[in-house]
Amino acid sequence: MRAISFVRQFLEVVLAIAIAPLFTGWIAQCRAWLQNRSAPSLLQPYRMLRKLFFKDVVLAQNASALFRATPYVLFGTMVLAAAIIPSLVTDLPLARVADSIALVGLFATARVFLSLAAMDIGTAFGTLGARREMMIGFLAEPALLMVLFNAFMLFGSTSLPSLVDGYRAHQSVVDPSVIFAAVAFVMVLLAENARIPIDNPSTHLELTMIHEAMLLEYSARHLALVEWASSLKLFNYACIGFALFLPWGIATHGADGGWPLLVAIAALLGKLVIAGAALALIESLSAKLRIFRAPEYLAMAFLLAVLGLLVHLLLGA
Amino acid sequence: MHHSELIAQLLKVIAAGLLLISFAMLASRRTQQLITLFAWQGAMLFVSTCLVAYSSGLTEMYYSAGLTLLLKVIALPWILHRLIHRLGAQWDSEQLVNVPTTMMAGLALVIFAFGLAQPITSMATTITRHTLGIALAVILLAFLMMITRRKAVTQVIGFLAMENGLFFAATSATYGMPMVIELGIALDLLVGVFILGIFFFQIREQFDSLDLSNLESLKED
Repeated sequence: MRAISFVRQFLEVVLAIAIAPLFTGWIAQCRAWLQNRSAPSLLQPYRMLRKLFFKDVVLAQNASALFRATPYVLFGTMVLAAAIIPSLVTDLPLARVADSIALVGLFATARVFLSLAAMDIGTAFGTLGARREMMIGFLAEPALLMVLFNAFMLFGSTSLPSLVDGYRAHQSVVDPSVIFAAVAFVMVLLAENARIPIDNPSTHLELTMIHEAMLLEYSARHLALVEWASSLKLFNYACIGFALFLPWGIATHGADGGWPLLVAIAALLGKLVIAGAALALIESLSAKLRIFRAPEYLAMAFLLAVLGLLVHLLLGA
Repeated sequence: MHHSELIAQLLKVIAAGLLLISFAMLASRRTQQLITLFAWQGAMLFVSTCLVAYSSGLTEMYYSAGLTLLLKVIALPWILHRLIHRLGAQWDSEQLVNVPTTMMAGLALVIFAFGLAQPITSMATTITRHTLGIALAVILLAFLMMITRRKAVTQVIGFLAMENGLFFAATSATYGMPMVIELGIALDLLVGVFILGIFFFQIREQFDSLDLSNLESLKED
């Protein structure tokens, strides 16, 4: 274990924390353009975070310690997840600690804490949001696991960095099962990050909101941390997608020096720009589903991922 | 050698895309969306036929690819769009019985189709032999779609999708059928869609809807 890999690990996490709000801002900007509105500035999320950090916290009288601890737990789990996902380099010391099944567990931990905190105050909206979130979560998680299993089948490993290394070693191979897994992954990404077919992140209409309903009681620095954590979550999902399906440019094991790292950063930024525009396009083209359609949507994602596994097994690629 | 391997790989990816479109058709509710998906299926078929023609060096495969492009990507979707526009059915959506259950049945059909294709695949020598299972699955999924639908237009689209699957099966098992037969099938399809289009109007005139469950009772009482 060399010191340089720890430096890279640190750099990757810092970069993730720094540019996650930028990615959210970019998606908001693309959406505004597609809907013929004048777009908010790219730096808008940072301004909002700054404003929130300077405000005073207002807490409900019956808020327990759980409610106050949850923003930190959320932010912590998302930072840890960013440390495991190979967004820039695959030589990550921390990635040895947890494979991608543990990663799914990390996301689940964050979800459980956020739902408990939403129910903690005892308002109707919080409970409603928490129940909906748990419903979406328990359907999305198996679909995500199946997508990951698809990749595991290809390269025989459950750790994301070695998957990326595997992909880079057989660059010419395009497995047909990848198509199914990719479609299923995009569906899960949209559902898990409170995006349009399932939830609308910019609404405060009480009948439809899921994610926003859970945050209603939060204010100031707590709200800032929760918002930052959710943009980190979106960033993390995007990076999982890149690692699974578009691993070009990521600095692999043994690629030393500054040059591969610079290439990796440039590739990551380019992929984020394209992915953000694509996400905004998908969101603008689709209508929000009724909440009772959500199980159907997620069951389809799950079945597509299973179909990918089947195609891989039966086609014998 | 490496070149043909790449083409075989590409063909597998296209076959997987065809299967994906079949599942999307199974789950989609809107008639217009179905027609678009059908056109995409034809486009996939066109690309795969061109690839097979290129790799096998058969000139007549190019003709059948061109025929696919003309008929299944341009003509039939256009006719169907015109038809549902005339019928005022373009915003029709139908109540499907439980999409996840249908998809599960589809999954079972895929496994069945692969099992069925296994012996043929091991005997065939074509570059596309591995995709025969997918072709059979596409046929069976189109069958399933026809079974689960109640509207006349969607049933016809299911029928056309089934023909797509048959065409794909023919290219993957034996490098396509003789040109005469292919031309005959193309003509049949075109005439079939015309006749069914006339049927649509007759059905609607009789029952005021395109719901086929009206046809199930023999007597009015």
